[in-house]
Formats: sequence, structure tokens, C-alpha cells
Amino acid sequence: MTQLMSEDGIRCDGRRVDQLRNISIKVGVLKNADGSAYIEFGKNKILAGVFGPRDVHPKHMANQDTGILRCRYHMSPFSVTERKNPAPSRREIEISKVLKEALQPALILKDFPRTVVDVFVEVLQADGGSRCAALDAAAVALADTGIPMRDLVSACAAGKVADRIVLDVNNEEDQEGQADMPVAIMPNSGKVTLMQLDGILTSEEYKTCLQTAIGGCKQVYEVQRRALIERYFESGVQ
Amino acid sequence: MESVIIDQLKRDKILDLLKQGRRLDGRALDEQRPLTIETGVIPKANGSARVKLGNTEVITGVKVQPDKPFPDLGDKGILICTAEILPLADPHVEPGPPTEEVIELARVVDRGIRETEMIDLHQLVLIEDKSVVGIFIDSSVIDSDGNLFDACSYASVSAVLSSTIPKYEIKDDAPVLVEGVTSKPPVKTLPVSVTMARIGDYIIVDPTKDEEACMDARITITTNSAGNICALQKGGEDGFTVDQLFKCSEMALSVGTKIRKKLEQLM
Repeated sequence: MTQLMSEDGIRCDGRRVDQLRNISIKVGVLKNADGSAYIEFGKNKILAGVFGPRDVHPKHMANQDTGILRCRYHMSPFSVTERKNPAPSRREIEISKVLKEALQPALILKDFPRTVVDVFVEVLQADGGSRCAALDAAAVALADTGIPMRDLVSACAAGKVADRIVLDVNNEEDQEGQADMPVAIMPNSGKVTLMQLDGILTSEEYKTCLQTAIGGCKQVYEVQRRALIERYFESGVQ
Repeated sequence: MESVIIDQLKRDKILDLLKQGRRLDGRALDEQRPLTIETGVIPKANGSARVKLGNTEVITGVKVQPDKPFPDLGDKGILICTAEILPLADPHVEPGPPTEEVIELARVVDRGIRETEMIDLHQLVLIEDKSVVGIFIDSSVIDSDGNLFDACSYASVSAVLSSTIPKYEIKDDAPVLVEGVTSKPPVKTLPVSVTMARIGDYIIVDPTKDEEACMDARITITTNSAGNICALQKGGEDGFTVDQLFKCSEMALSVGTKIRKKLEQLM
């Protein structure tokens, strides 16, 4: 078993307990998609592409009153150590659902009845916390399409490793740590739109962990904002 | 179109009542529906339970059989927990591959039992890395009136508590059943899942199908016997404030205590 934390509180990848992995986001990376983004979050490498609002197929899914949102989270077969079967696993289907529900509150689709917005997320390389990183890229890709939004969605996990609450759990810590809590917020309203937990926490640790994760989400938000500014104001695109 | 209008009417009615601290079926906001648990309903299973939570009804069976361990977990027995909504349980359910909702249901129920470490899987090893005992917990929703998460979770936990584990001996590197010798499952703690819905600014425990149809967001929190929070899943198309999430964890602990007393009687 790897040592997850040194005596002086340094984690297995050299970070402090309150430190995020390196994050970089690039907006508008795909030609065909209406909106797109690429994120590197530690060793995670994830592409998000958004299409729509467009016609709904199959037609029976269309809603007369509002546009709908669909989301697909998918991992490439080469994204993990052992080759992953390319067919969607139950884990991927569940994550697709929680990602959709995390993004939905930020979108205003009332003005696009009978249409769909499709969000496709492809995890090219996975390294713990891929659902949060996927969500960060998807939110920016949605903003890139110009669909009306109330807020962005920013996600980050916190967890418990070697009896301490840590920010942004990596793959080793996820496998061998004590708890993992992915969280997403709408940074301006403060509302929590994604939250999951596995692992054992006391009531106090639960509260600290949630607040630690939210602190991480706010840092991620700054990276997302800068990526959007770079795309629309600094690279000369009108 | 019609159904949308009816949902809006129901939502208005439900919200009106919530403002007075009441619900459609007369319950308090933090009150669960009556829970009945009957065990031993399927004698051919190693353990079973039929659980009614209000009008939601679930049958769970436990099967125990020798199996190969997962390659990276050779020192642990196998635990598999599934759930499905039978087509006879709800007019809107059709036969076919599982929907996202059903997959989420099964995974949330599994997570509650796995993450609380209810069953000591280390005690289910026959030969390390080669042969272990597998515990398969399969739940079928047979009547659906909301909060399938908690109903399936209580049924699964009850079925495990009522189960007997057959004894296996190793002969020529293969497990052989020893007739007539059984033991109780190695249970360490009792997971209790509590599902809450947010409608407007109100948090209610154990939502019915009508309440789920008009809720803004949902959360399922599983606690263990020591009062820790072990698994959690937020669902629904809107979010929660941090204060609401703190309140939910407290409600999960207080409501969970009552349910745990009921489950303890099965031990």
C-alpha cells in the first residue's frame, strides 16, 4: 500500500491538504460542436462538446414547454490502466445522469421548446475526480455555445485521507483513502447542484468536507472564467 | 400537456399545505410513512424480506454462493447489490434494458451497504485470491409510490439480517457445500438510508410519488450505527443550499435512529 500522506502533511503527489491539482481549460477546441472545451485537471484529460438547441430525436422525448438537456459521460478504452470496454458501463450511465442534473439548474431552456441540448463528455485519460473535471469542462462548453445561463457550474471533490480532510482527491487517494465527496456549485448563487459521497465521515467531518469542496469549486470557477475571457476577449475573436 | 397542468395543480396544493407544515397524506415534514418488514418470505433464498413503506413495496432475496474474488480484491468476499422496478409495479415502467433512473437506484442502494461496511467481507474468504463466498442481494420493486431508494435499502438490509450463510469446505482446491451447517452473516453495522426531497424551501422526508413529481431536488443519505455519514447521493433537476445540506444530514441521523431500532429487532 502506498503511503498517502507524509508526517508533515504532504500528500503522495506532493500537494498540501488544501491544494488543488494543476488545472488548465481551453475553450472552443472543436470545429463542429456548437460549444466545446478541453480540460486538464491533474492527469485527467477530458473533452466536452455541446450541440444545440437542435431538433429532438427520438421525437417523443421533445417537451412542448421547454428545451431539454441530455448528457453523455464516456471513458475512452485507453483512458485507464486496464483497457475499458467501450460500451457504456453502469457507472458511466449513473455519472451521465448526475452530470445532467448538476448542469440543468444553470440553464434557461424555456425559450427553446421542442429542442434538445446535447452534452458529450469524453474522458481521454482518467485520474480520480474525472466526474468533477468533466463537469467543469461541460459547463464552459455550454457557455461557449451562447445558450442562456443563470450561472456557471464549478465542481471539485474533497475527501478524507489519513484521517485528514483534503481538497481534490486524486486516483490513489480515491482508491485507498477513507472518503470521497464530489461537489458542484453554481458559484454566484452558491447552490449545490451535484453531491455524492462514499466513505465514512462524522457529522463534523461531513460539514468540513462539504465546505472544503466548495472552496475548491470557487478556485475552479476562477480558472473557468479566465478560460472564457481568453477565448472571447484576448484572442481577438468578436 | 394535460399531465403537466395536473402536476402544476398538485404542486400548488402540496406547497400550500407545506406552508402550514402539513402534507397531502397528513404526515409531518420529517415523518416517514409506516414501515412494515416481513422476513423469510422466499424460503429458497438464503435470506429474504418483503418491505412496505406506505404504498411502496419491495421484495428482496439474498443468494449466497461460492465465487472467484475480484482480481484486485483477493482477500475479500463478493458483494453484489442490484435493484429493478418490475413492469407490474408502475404503469409507466416498460420491460427492457434498465433506464438511468433504475441504474442510479441500484447503485445508490449498493453504495449504502458497501460504504458503511455492513458485511465484513474479509470473513467470506475460502482460499485467498482463489475462492470466496459471494453475497448477492437482489431487490424487485413490486408496487411503486415514491422513495424507492429507502424501500430497497431497508429490504436489502433486512434480507441480509435474516439470511443464513452455508458452510463450504475446500476439497481439491474447490469449494464443497457442507450440508446442514450454516452461520449468521458477519454484520458489523446497520446502514440506514434516508431520502429527502426539497419542494420550494421545504425539506420533506420519504417523498411519495406525487411529491417526487413536483420536487425540485432530492438527496439520499446513508448513516451507520455509530452515527457517521457514509454515503450520499443528490438527485433532481435543481440544487440545495449549504444550510439545507447540513439540515438534511441532521435529519438523516435523527430519522435513521428510529428505523435502525426496527432493523435491530431482526438481528
